[in-house]
Amino acid sequence: MGEKLLMKGNEVIAEAALRAGCRYYFGYPITPQTEIAHYMAKMMPKVNGTFIQAESEVAAINMVYGAASAGARVMTSSSSPGISLKQEGISYASCAELPAVIVNIVRCGPGLGGILPSQGDYFQAVKGGGHGDYKLVVLAPYSVQELYELTVEAFNIADRYRVLAMIMGDGTLGQMMEAVEFRDKEETPDFKKDWALTGTGMNREHNVVTSIYIKPEELEAHNIKLQKKYEQIALNETRVEVYNCDDADIIVAAYGSVARIVKNVIKMAQKEGIKVGLIRPITLWPFPSKAFEKYAQVPKAFLTVELSAGQMVEDVRLAVNGKNNVHFYGRMGGMLPTQKEILDRIKQILK
Amino acid sequence: MTHQEIIIAGFGGQGILSAGRILAYAGMLEGKNVSWLPSYGPEMRGGTANCHVIISDEPVGSPILNSATALIVMNGPSLEKFESFVVPGGLILTDSSLVTKSPARKDIDVCEIPATKMASDMGNLTYANIILIGKLIAKTGVTTIQNFTEALKKVLPEKKHYLIPEEIQALEAGMNY
Amino acid sequence: MAVVFKRPHALKDVSLPYCPGCSHGIIHRLVAEVIDELGVEGEAIGVSSVGCTYNNYLFFNCDMAQAAHGRAPAVATGIKRVHPDHVVFTYQGDGDLAAIGTAEIVHAAARGEKITTIFVNNAIYGMTSGQMAPTTLLGQVTQTTPYGRKPELHGYPIKVCEMLSTLEGAAFVERVSVHDIKNIMNAKKAIKKAFQTQLDKKGFSIVEVLSTCPTNWGLEPVEAIQWLQENMLPAYPLGNFKDKDMEV
Ligand SMILES: Cc1ncc(C[n+]2csc(CCOP(=O)(O)OP(=O)(O)O)c2C)c(N)n1
Ligand code: SF4
Repeated sequence: MGEKLLMKGNEVIAEAALRAGCRYYFGYPITPQTEIAHYMAKMMPKVNGTFIQAESEVAAINMVYGAASAGARVMTSSSSPGISLKQEGISYASCAELPAVIVNIVRCGPGLGGILPSQGDYFQAVKGGGHGDYKLVVLAPYSVQELYELTVEAFNIADRYRVLAMIMGDGTLGQMMEAVEFRDKEETPDFKKDWALTGTGMNREHNVVTSIYIKPEELEAHNIKLQKKYEQIALNETRVEVYNCDDADIIVAAYGSVARIVKNVIKMAQKEGIKVGLIRPITLWPFPSKAFEKYAQVPKAFLTVELSAGQMVEDVRLAVNGKNNVHFYGRMGGMLPTQKEILDRIKQILK
Repeated sequence: MTHQEIIIAGFGGQGILSAGRILAYAGMLEGKNVSWLPSYGPEMRGGTANCHVIISDEPVGSPILNSATALIVMNGPSLEKFESFVVPGGLILTDSSLVTKSPARKDIDVCEIPATKMASDMGNLTYANIILIGKLIAKTGVTTIQNFTEALKKVLPEKKHYLIPEEIQALEAGMNY
Repeated sequence: MAVVFKRPHALKDVSLPYCPGCSHGIIHRLVAEVIDELGVEGEAIGVSSVGCTYNNYLFFNCDMAQAAHGRAPAVATGIKRVHPDHVVFTYQGDGDLAAIGTAEIVHAAARGEKITTIFVNNAIYGMTSGQMAPTTLLGQVTQTTPYGRKPELHGYPIKVCEMLSTLEGAAFVERVSVHDIKNIMNAKKAIKKAFQTQLDKKGFSIVEVLSTCPTNWGLEPVEAIQWLQENMLPAYPLGNFKDKDMEV
């Protein structure tokens, strides 16, 4: 590891992408993630890379489709309204099995909404915001260091399985500065992209990147192939942090910046003699159901805390599968739960 | 044990965000865990700015502060907005050249420093934020002059490094006020 | 005593949130004065877009809708088709109209949609703090062209009036500026003409207004006006590009 630097979350995402060998970035300005584009605009020319400010998010995701088809490591970033516009391209690229990284620094919706932190895009990200049966690998970092680690991971997962990987954060993570240490060099496995469009050179069959299969037999076969791949990903790439859960009175489920608040709550609760555990999904898809299954009967209850009306809580309930009560506490519109609010809720549940 | 939760607030253009950044950097060089979180978005246009800084021996939980051990304010509205955030026994530093009212609370330590006036006497208004940070460092010991100097080198672009001796002078003026 | 200066009725009595030296305030006032003078406030329906003026629905007294980024001309189309005798206008920035919303504006004009567009060209994205706009000038430094806009990397500025005036459905197309009193008077005339074109059911009308963004240009208000005159006027010549009235 190198020197400790104090950097902004958004800039670390961009720096991590560059270190992972990403040389193509296409985006469209939107708060609170625009620093990613600013960083890329400054740095790409220095590494012989390409930065394009597209005319829209629709164009940006299709530029990603093109660069990924051509075999390059490529990234785009946006925030909720822009990610909504990208859904068409996301569905197409998923079907065409293109590897790429998409960053969503989520803001509050629905609609134009507001720019403050939110987790209201969980359903869109993990249940498929576009049409058809596809999955994104969704990574939810909770610190600036993790933004670096997981952005690099996202590129590797994308290339390993030929899928889209999404980094999902919020304005708190994107805007905050924290210490980060970069490795001197990233070890990138050699992903042979013999499917990519590089020109036949007149010495191989032509390659085709497509998302259309008119014959139902072919389309079903392709769908089955995609589902098998998703099973493999679920098997190999699920990530979770389980913290303080053994003989916990209550286990809180939270991801991203909310998990940081919960860690403070755990300390506060300790002083009052209440043992609070945390299960923090790091991959939102694949969802770490196993961790919840394992601890399902340990605490008196579960509590999911989200910046939404209750989205991840559905997956927690599915995983706990009726073996325990799963409560929910959420704030919306950019309002954040305070530590005291969460602790009060915990005490109310345990009463 | 060090654990400081600091809110710095004032108008956009007073160097609120950069003061917080340098402080956080200095804290990191001190070997502490730190975070810095700015207010962001259109709310900043011509209006107010604030940032939350945590410097701690322990891992930083949420970077968003609901309470503060220390508050630096550089305009009246910010004092009104954040005074209640300060924990009993905490510290409020005001730039008394700009904040005409005094904090109403009696359960905290208050330092009123005419930072903008002092900075203007030094010939550069933009040092008011550094003067206040100086007093904060003197009061809390979150970092040292050495690490603050190193932090300035990291945060300021190379072409502004010639200003560092003056900035340190401002810092010391604040420490000794 | 005669009142010579008063707030137009179509503008609410609130202070506008724009930065010092920003042209948006002047342009709002001109639109409101024209609505007053034509006596159409009761029939007017405006569409706010996404940019620094995203919430100008709060400032105009007529009915207002808020549209997604770039989609105001499509929203206005829907409103106009329901209320063909009403006066429907959009208020859009250069990012909104000429980047993400290019398809919507071109096709509203091509359909000869009887709406009026006020197009504010400040050569930058204001709201998101200073990225390149389609109208950013060659060489201009922005957050996403840190080394200046270069044709080989970023292409060329889009001249919206010149482009839209080639479309059959566009009935009135004019570029104005608001950097001094004389030009402000001209701008108002053009805006009035554009609304009149709509009232006369002649087709689509647009007025492009060159304007300042001192905040993201990194200039003082007075310098910004100078910068506009020296740099924007040569790149974006003022004048009428199309007026179906004048055609024989
Ligand atoms: C789909 C979508 N993408 C991006 C944004 C972010 N955004 C808000 S305003 C804006 C650009 C505004 O620039 P312009 O139209 O030139 O108006 P100005 O702010 O300069 O008045 C952008 C990109 C958004 N709101 N929605
Ligand atoms: S940022 Fe620019 S366009 Fe927006 S209000 Fe300020 S000066 Fe006007």
